Amino acid sequence: MDLDKPTDLRRTPLHALHVARGAKMVPFAGYEMPVQYPAGIIAEHLHTRAAAGLFDVSHMGQVALHGVTAAAIEALVPGDIEGLPEARMRYTLLLNDDGGIVDDLMAIRFAGGLRLVVNAATKDNDVVYLRARLGPGAGVELLDDLALLALQGPQAAAVLARVVGPGVETMPFLSCAPVERPGMTLFVARSGYTGEDGFEISVVAERAVEFAELLLAEPEVMPIGLGARDTLRLEAGLCLYGHDIDETTTPVAAGLAWTIAKRRRQEGDFPGARRILRELADGPARRRVGIRPDGRAPAREGSAVVDPAGNLIGEVTSGGFSPSLNAPIAMGYVARSYSDPGTALATVVRDVARPARVSPLPFVPTRYYRGN
Amino acid sequence: MPTLRFTKDHEWVRLDGDTAVIGITDYAQQQLGDIVYVELPAPGSRVETGKEAAVVESAKAASEVYAPVSGEVVAVNGAIADDPAKVNADPMGDGWFLTVKLDDLKALDGLMDEAAYAAFVAEQG
Repeated sequence: MDLDKPTDLRRTPLHALHVARGAKMVPFAGYEMPVQYPAGIIAEHLHTRAAAGLFDVSHMGQVALHGVTAAAIEALVPGDIEGLPEARMRYTLLLNDDGGIVDDLMAIRFAGGLRLVVNAATKDNDVVYLRARLGPGAGVELLDDLALLALQGPQAAAVLARVVGPGVETMPFLSCAPVERPGMTLFVARSGYTGEDGFEISVVAERAVEFAELLLAEPEVMPIGLGARDTLRLEAGLCLYGHDIDETTTPVAAGLAWTIAKRRRQEGDFPGARRILRELADGPARRRVGIRPDGRAPAREGSAVVDPAGNLIGEVTSGGFSPSLNAPIAMGYVARSYSDPGTALATVVRDVARPARVSPLPFVPTRYYRGN
Repeated sequence: MPTLRFTKDHEWVRLDGDTAVIGITDYAQQQLGDIVYVELPAPGSRVETGKEAAVVESAKAASEVYAPVSGEVVAVNGAIADDPAKVNADPMGDGWFLTVKLDDLKALDGLMDEAAYAAFVAEQG
């Protein structure tokens, strides 16, 4: 076992809390992050699906835009940002000129302007890209003085309402609002990366531990590491940047064509529009699909996907074990003719082709809040 | 008192006559975390010292289990294939992986005893 620890890793404001709670810390995207706590990945995963889990996602990039119009952002993404109402957020994609995905992100419109939440591993690159493309008049500021917590699960709304006061439990999915607490302003969004109802809460770094401890003091809440975050998002069919999507994948191949707004398709003025619109019309050469192995062996990232005759037709981009289904699950890209749910194929694991089938996504039904 | 020995790759091997029972250590299962899949060799096949004998997969990743000794596979533990969590629950007991009929009874001589292995694990930090 390789126990070498790089020494130049960054820490989030919650680092000491993770260590105190017995987390196993690992390098991730340049940060030292908790991969699991003593409960373990499966227990943490199932707890999030049953009650509420607290995740430290402070490594992600919270980016404030100054002097940047929605129209200017639309030159870089295929989503409808001009039509994004105040206090709402939208999942969108930063594209390169070939239509490849530079990053996936949340664009948030609030009274003060626009904010983006981007991936940890890409945030520095994103800032460089945004500055270069938006031009010298644009302010692109990485908000390093903020922490970001995610509270996810069917009990998340009840817990958060108890801790910060009523109101948050009726916030619509993908809405956001500032919430005043004594001595701190929280910025609360009803969003997440688990397929569950839940919230992502931005808080100033120096108050992050205090707020996390308030949440963890609630009986429904357990701290959750990156290991379960990955199994939860995989069950929900959500992409992990750098694995399921990257600069070589287009929104259409990735099954993210739903992020391309109708008006944007008509106007065709986003990066890579020619290629993306052609793929929308003709279909992409390959598509992201869910894969359910027939047996118990997980098919991991990088496993070849073959047809029943053994011909190479694709590759697994995320794969592992689903605690909710007690079975292996995977996502990957396959030639379009093999992308219909139910299609028989095989994944090559340790040189053996193992039968599997294309599965609809998500693997586990999502339970986002849609109002009661 | 059966001979119990350990490898630097965190396998254990317990001698029972000319047959060795093989598994992974408590330290190994702790490092791996939740074990979700085990792949075992076919009885009657051969394993060779230091070569892959089995595969164990945690929620995070796949790892190889190396044979501490060479010989013919006599039996494998189907119970851990059906319920891999048994390896976490009882790595030195019900969570055994396979038994091997040893080519050479002296094959265990170069391996660590319990005290040496405990010291080795302590060094791993």
